[in-house]
Formats: sequence, structure tokens, C-alpha cells
Amino acid sequence: MTDLAIQARDLTRAFDDFVAVDRITFDVRAGEVFGFLGANGAGKTTAIRMLTGLLKPTAGQATVAGHDIARDTEAVKRDIGYMSQRFSLYDDLTVRENVRLYGGIYDLSRSEIDERMRQMLSRLGLEHAEKELVSALPLGWKQKLAFSVALLHHPRVVFLDEPTSGVDPITRRQFWEMIYEAAHAGTTVLVTTHYMDEAEYCDRISIMVAGRIEAMGTPRELKEQAGVSSIDEFFVSLARPQQ
Amino acid sequence: MTPAPRAERRAPSAVVVENLTKRFGDVAALDDLSISIAAGELFGFIGPDGAGKTTLFRILATLLLPDGGSARVLGHDVVRDLWDLRRRIGYMPGRFALYPDLSVEENLGFFASVFGTTIEREYDQIAPIYSQLEPFKARRAAALSGGMKQKLALCCALVHRPEILLLDEPTTGVDAVSRREFWDLLARIKGASLTIVVSTPYMDEANRCDRVALVQRGRLLAVDTPAAITASFDRPLVAITAPDRYATLGALRAYPHTHSVFPFGEALHFTDKRADLSPAGIVSEVATYLATRVRPGADVRIAQPTIEDVFMARMDVPEERVGRSAA
Repeated sequence: MTDLAIQARDLTRAFDDFVAVDRITFDVRAGEVFGFLGANGAGKTTAIRMLTGLLKPTAGQATVAGHDIARDTEAVKRDIGYMSQRFSLYDDLTVRENVRLYGGIYDLSRSEIDERMRQMLSRLGLEHAEKELVSALPLGWKQKLAFSVALLHHPRVVFLDEPTSGVDPITRRQFWEMIYEAAHAGTTVLVTTHYMDEAEYCDRISIMVAGRIEAMGTPRELKEQAGVSSIDEFFVSLARPQQ
Repeated sequence: MTPAPRAERRAPSAVVVENLTKRFGDVAALDDLSISIAAGELFGFIGPDGAGKTTLFRILATLLLPDGGSARVLGHDVVRDLWDLRRRIGYMPGRFALYPDLSVEENLGFFASVFGTTIEREYDQIAPIYSQLEPFKARRAAALSGGMKQKLALCCALVHRPEILLLDEPTTGVDAVSRREFWDLLARIKGASLTIVVSTPYMDEANRCDRVALVQRGRLLAVDTPAAITASFDRPLVAITAPDRYATLGALRAYPHTHSVFPFGEALHFTDKRADLSPAGIVSEVATYLATRVRPGADVRIAQPTIEDVFMARMDVPEERVGRSAA
């Protein structure tokens, strides 16, 4: 097995005449925090749906955690975690019920679930909240908990969709520290966002425009190449070259 | 509470809020908040979700009653004088609130007619924005991109020539290019006869405003021009970029002189406890310390504080732990 967590080769998805994802090729190393950026409609969501085994490519190929995304979809799903800012945990379930639900979905035994839940809640300082409804948690805690739950089954790759939008700046940084910690421990993290500020926190980023990857590199490399001071400016120059 | 006004103020305040309070159950969405905004200002309320921005905007737009305190908009009390006020306010709610099944032109025509006017009569007012939408005027609003929806909503809020615009998070969820275009538009339409009050969770948008208020949990952390707010940061700020960010963060957490250290984009932002060291002194001390602790190659330098740095320095604890049941 290679140390590449994601390997995409000319990955393509067409819907009738419309090519949503057009021959994208990229690698993500194990333990890397990779930012997958693009404006709305650039093809990000379609690409992520393919990488998470929810949608078949129409051409090209990719492996995630060593599994072919078109042939071994079930193996892909077992080895990945997913967290979205919009939906992750059930508000009407308690913290414990959410954790048991997710653990059950991933076939963890009751004792594994309880053990991992204890560790997780103590790391988060949320031991006393085990029986609280998720709806009662402040947004920042909900997001930290959702991230931890996405890691419950020890996935090799975790997909995060705009993980820190809306939270206060200190909570946001605590969240990034959790991401770095997970990456340091070997989990690969793929962050999709259209919030360019978030991109600056990634080890490497790619930017999709109209179905293709138009730029890839460390945030610093991309900014230096273009002679701009932020990824936001870089993105604007890429999306609107005439400005 | 508010400073006594000068004898004869030329530009009256467009918004005067005094000790405004609004509670939802146990949560104080607005907690004794006072502020005044001058006519013609482009004023931004900046803060995370749950700061109270939407509650404040709904009260200013006469859509929600405060529990305590008062708010005057264009000289009118938002509770007593709501009918006089409503036609003079343009309000754009945070959630897209136009008719998805009507076309661009039908939506705009509808809002014009509600205020007894027509697109034709108000054309010069909305032209800077509407000219960008006109090529798509027959398209259903639901089929517009996020950025275009926001432009249409802005047009609809402007069509009756309001004297004040209340825009609640107009750039949330909109891509970087459209965000920029939206702020460019606001800069174009603002003027002596139009006050613009905007809210945003994006700290980097502060610089597009004349003045901003940093808000957290219903209270103000700071109110001033963006430049004065960043200048108020009271310690030398050090930016560190290092090959192993996570190890460097850990090393700085263990450094006895650390006052604060956070990830900040690709760098770490650091402040030192020692008041007697010059900025250059701090840089060299930190570089020396890191040289013995982490992989070589760390770059340590003085950085300009941003609005976000100030926000964090002035915040109290980020969020209460869910503590009530802990006892």
C-alpha cells in the first residue's frame, strides 16, 4: 500500500452534455490537510460525491484509502468519515445516542463504542453532556463533537465540508487544532470550502474552475506565484482573469 | 450613556440604539447594547453566529419587539413609529426571501408595486445593480446563482428609495468573487442620502466599512474605524511559519513567556507576556527558543494585527461549556 490517501487520474463526470468534473488529476498524501476549493458550480460537490463512493465517474479513475471508488464503493465508505457544517449530528438525539447511532452504522461493538465515547468526551471536556440533546449544545461544541464523531470509526480519510463557517474566531482555531492533531496522527483530511480564509489553514490546496483543477500547491506557493497577499485575491484573479 | 450631542449636529444619527435588550428563553440575544450610526455611513456589525446580529437587524427593521431599551431609526422609534418607518427602510433578510417562482423582473416589479411605484420610475436608483441583472430578467429567481440572488435582493430592497439599508449577512454562503462584487456595489450606492448597515461573520470584510462594531453574544467588543480597531491591538504580534506547524504550536504552548498562540492561516500568531521586550527582541527570543525545539526552518517575524486578532484578544471565553447540568 502506498502512502497516498487519495489518487485521482483524469477523473471525469458528465451529466448528458454537461461535464461537471473534467479530467481532474491529483494526489493527497496520508496525513495531509488538503483544501479542495472552488466557487459554487465549479464541480466540487460532484467530485466529492465520486470520491466518497456516492456517484460513479463517467471516465477516469480514483482510489481513496487504497480502494477503487467505482468498484469498491463499500470499502471506500467504511474507510472514510464525513462532516458537513450543515448536517452531521441529529439535534433531537442526545450526545450519547448520536455516538451510538454512528458507531452502530460502522459496525463497532457496544463496548468499543462506549470506550471510544468516553475517551472522546473527556478529550473534549464534554463528559457531563453525554445525556444532553445535541440541540442544546453551542454551535462550536456541536462542530467539535461532529468532527470527533466523524473520526469514531478511525477512518483513514475524513471529508470536511466548510467545517468552521459561522463559529467564533477562537472556537475556529480550536477546531483547526483538532484537524491538525488528527492529521498528525495520520488521518488524511480533505476540506472543501468556498471560504478562502479557511484555505489558508491547509497544507496544500487545489482550486477548481468550471470542472477543472486550475491551480494546486501550498497556499504560500500559489500566493507567491501570483504576487498576491491572500488566497482570496488569488481565487478572484483565477476566476476573473481580466480584473 | 451616549455622549451629549453637539449643539447643532449637521448629519443626524441614522440609528440610535440605547440599552437594547432581547431575550429568547435563557439566552440574551442582545444584552444592554448601545450604539449610534451616523447618516451616510457604511457601517458593519461583525461577529460569529449567535452574536445577536439578526435579532438587532429585525428590531431595527420594526419586525421584532425589544424587551428593554430603545432604538430609533431615522429619528423614529422602531416600536411606536413603525408605519412611518417601514417605507423609509430597505431590509434584506439573511435568508433568501424573494419569490423563487417569479422571474427577476417580476420580483422587482412586485416590490416596486408594494411601495406604489414602478421599475421604470426608479430606474436610475437601481441601475448600478439592475443593469447587471437585466440580461437575465426573464429567469426565475430560483434558477439564479447565489451571487445573483443577492444582487436581486439588494435591488428589491432599494427600489422604493429607502434612506437606510439594513442588510443582514448578504455575503454569507456567497463565493469569493461574488462577495467582492457585492461590496463594490455597496461602495457605489452609498452616499450622503443613503446609510448602509451590514452584518457579516467574515472578519476580512471589516475593511470595506467606514466603521464597524465587533459583536459577541449580544454585546459590543469594539466600535470604531477598522484602522483604529487594528491599531488598538496592544502587544507586538509575531507571525511564525514553520515546516511542522503542529509541533511548533505545541512547543509554543510550552514556552513560559507565551501570552497567546493560535493557528492563523498558514502561520501561527503569537504574543508574548513580557512587556519590557522590544518587538525585535521578542522575535529573536522566540526564534532562539524554537531553534532548539522544532525542525529548523521556522520563519519568525513581526506581523500587522488584523480585525480577527483584535476580536480574539477582546473576546471572553469563546463559548460556555454546556455547564448547567454539570453541577
